[in-house]
Amino acid sequence: MTFLLPLYTLWLREIVRFIRQKNRVFGALGQPLIFWLLFGTSFSASFKMGNMGYLEYFFPGVLTMIVLFTAIFSSFSIIEDRKEGFLQAVLVSPTPRLSLVLGKILGGATIATLQALLFLLLAPLLHIPLTFWTFVWSLKCLFLIALSLTAFGFCLAWRMDSIQGFHAMMMLVLLPLWFLSGAFFPSSGLPWILKGVMAINPLTYGLAAVRHLLYLGNPGVSDMPSLGLSLIVIVLWGAIATGVSLVVVKKH
Amino acid sequence: MSALLKVQNLSHVYGERKALSNVSFQVEEAKMVGFLGPNGGGKTTLFRILSTFLTPNGGGEITVGGWDCLKESNEVRKLLGVVFQHPSLDKKLTVKENLIHQGHLYGLWGENLTQRIEEVLGAVKLKDREHELVEKLSGGLQRRVEIAKGLLHHPQILLLDEPTTGLDPAARIDIWAYLKQLKEEKGVTCLVTTHLIEEAERCDVVGILDQGKLIAFDTPNHLKKEIGGEVIILKSTQCDILKASLEKEFQVTVLRMDQELRIEKENASEFLMKVMKSFPELIDAATLSKPSLENVFVHKTGHTFLEENR
Repeated sequence: MTFLLPLYTLWLREIVRFIRQKNRVFGALGQPLIFWLLFGTSFSASFKMGNMGYLEYFFPGVLTMIVLFTAIFSSFSIIEDRKEGFLQAVLVSPTPRLSLVLGKILGGATIATLQALLFLLLAPLLHIPLTFWTFVWSLKCLFLIALSLTAFGFCLAWRMDSIQGFHAMMMLVLLPLWFLSGAFFPSSGLPWILKGVMAINPLTYGLAAVRHLLYLGNPGVSDMPSLGLSLIVIVLWGAIATGVSLVVVKKH
Repeated sequence: MSALLKVQNLSHVYGERKALSNVSFQVEEAKMVGFLGPNGGGKTTLFRILSTFLTPNGGGEITVGGWDCLKESNEVRKLLGVVFQHPSLDKKLTVKENLIHQGHLYGLWGENLTQRIEEVLGAVKLKDREHELVEKLSGGLQRRVEIAKGLLHHPQILLLDEPTTGLDPAARIDIWAYLKQLKEEKGVTCLVTTHLIEEAERCDVVGILDQGKLIAFDTPNHLKKEIGGEVIILKSTQCDILKASLEKEFQVTVLRMDQELRIEKENASEFLMKVMKSFPELIDAATLSKPSLENVFVHKTGHTFLEENR
């Protein structure tokens, strides 16, 4: 109880705060939507991959982008909590530090998944054959990616004292991570150095897993890591990021 | 009776600057303890260490209710209620929601928690505002919610860092009255930092912190008695001449600060008459007063309280 109760309460707080800040809902959902429509329609003329249009190719990329953006926003909330003082009260309470880390991460991941869910419902418009099970599995997978990304954001944000600082970090680390994950363009035909970066980028595996699950093993995109490997990488990445978060929190 | 809180040889440094050096004191149950000092004197550092927020890097021991504050911090945390100077409420949540989260963080829940929230909100007279968002409340009311939050889990010690900063005089009086009641009725020990002399006067024990050193720790009355007699303050445009003349004529210790001379003396009224007769042309104004904690501060440090606050 001393472990789960604080975890639950911190998770719940994330959700309630999110719902009360309407602009966050629009920001995290509206921006990917605009990205998707703008890039999707303007690049579709120059994109050729089987019978898949660019809007469709880009769709899983936008799903991971939603998850990424929400993870970033929930990392902002750590900096906000510190500035607004809420965090100091948590830190002087007997709350186990792991409850604090998991409460924040699960809160951020839940919000990210809920938003991705809304976007996922657009899939039938693109003639992506969404069945009940592909829907459920894609969502589970997105939740895993969300956990890993939020945990990653958490350990980056913990020591930061300004949102501006984190913004720079986001532009420098998180967005390139997304650009080079296969969300925007497939890895085939890229120079070897970029291929290398993509191969060590954990988000590449997250995206591959989403593609596999959306189409149930028939993604129509070659040159991608297998589903099994992808899931292992995501879980490992999340576990490491959570571990690092716990260590930095204990040092606080 | 063993002390509830024991601090021994506590030191902390920020880079080169010594924020606390060798601070030692003991506090018993149901006491109101005030830490008085200028800004930068070490009050907030002491507060942050006692609240387990900051780990001291210069050595020292702290025990709370027999637990080691550094090694058994989780046990200590259960005994402490903490009211930060900087607000710690979630402004996007209602008063009650804030208290529910706080309760959960301390392992309280269900019926117990609901009842306890009723109690603390009643105590700080905020029952009718429980469903309002914190951001809609005035500063004084927010501070009261902070105090309610700190009290929720029945702490034995309540730590408050400048709890009345930014409040109007009425709200200030309210909070002090409430702390006093808490101490007397529930036996809660309160440790309060303040830079206001008149607040320190209300405490059972006053600790004076200056440049990281605890230069006094006693009841206000004992501290004032150390001064011996009363305090005379002379205003003059020719302080140096007056100081030299006084020292020569009466063999007294005269402390010079800005445009003032300060003398601590028994039978001060008679002495003042003599001084006025001897140097009428050098003195612009003279006051005679019973010693206050401010005089104690000057007596112990050799400089004024205000000077440091600037």
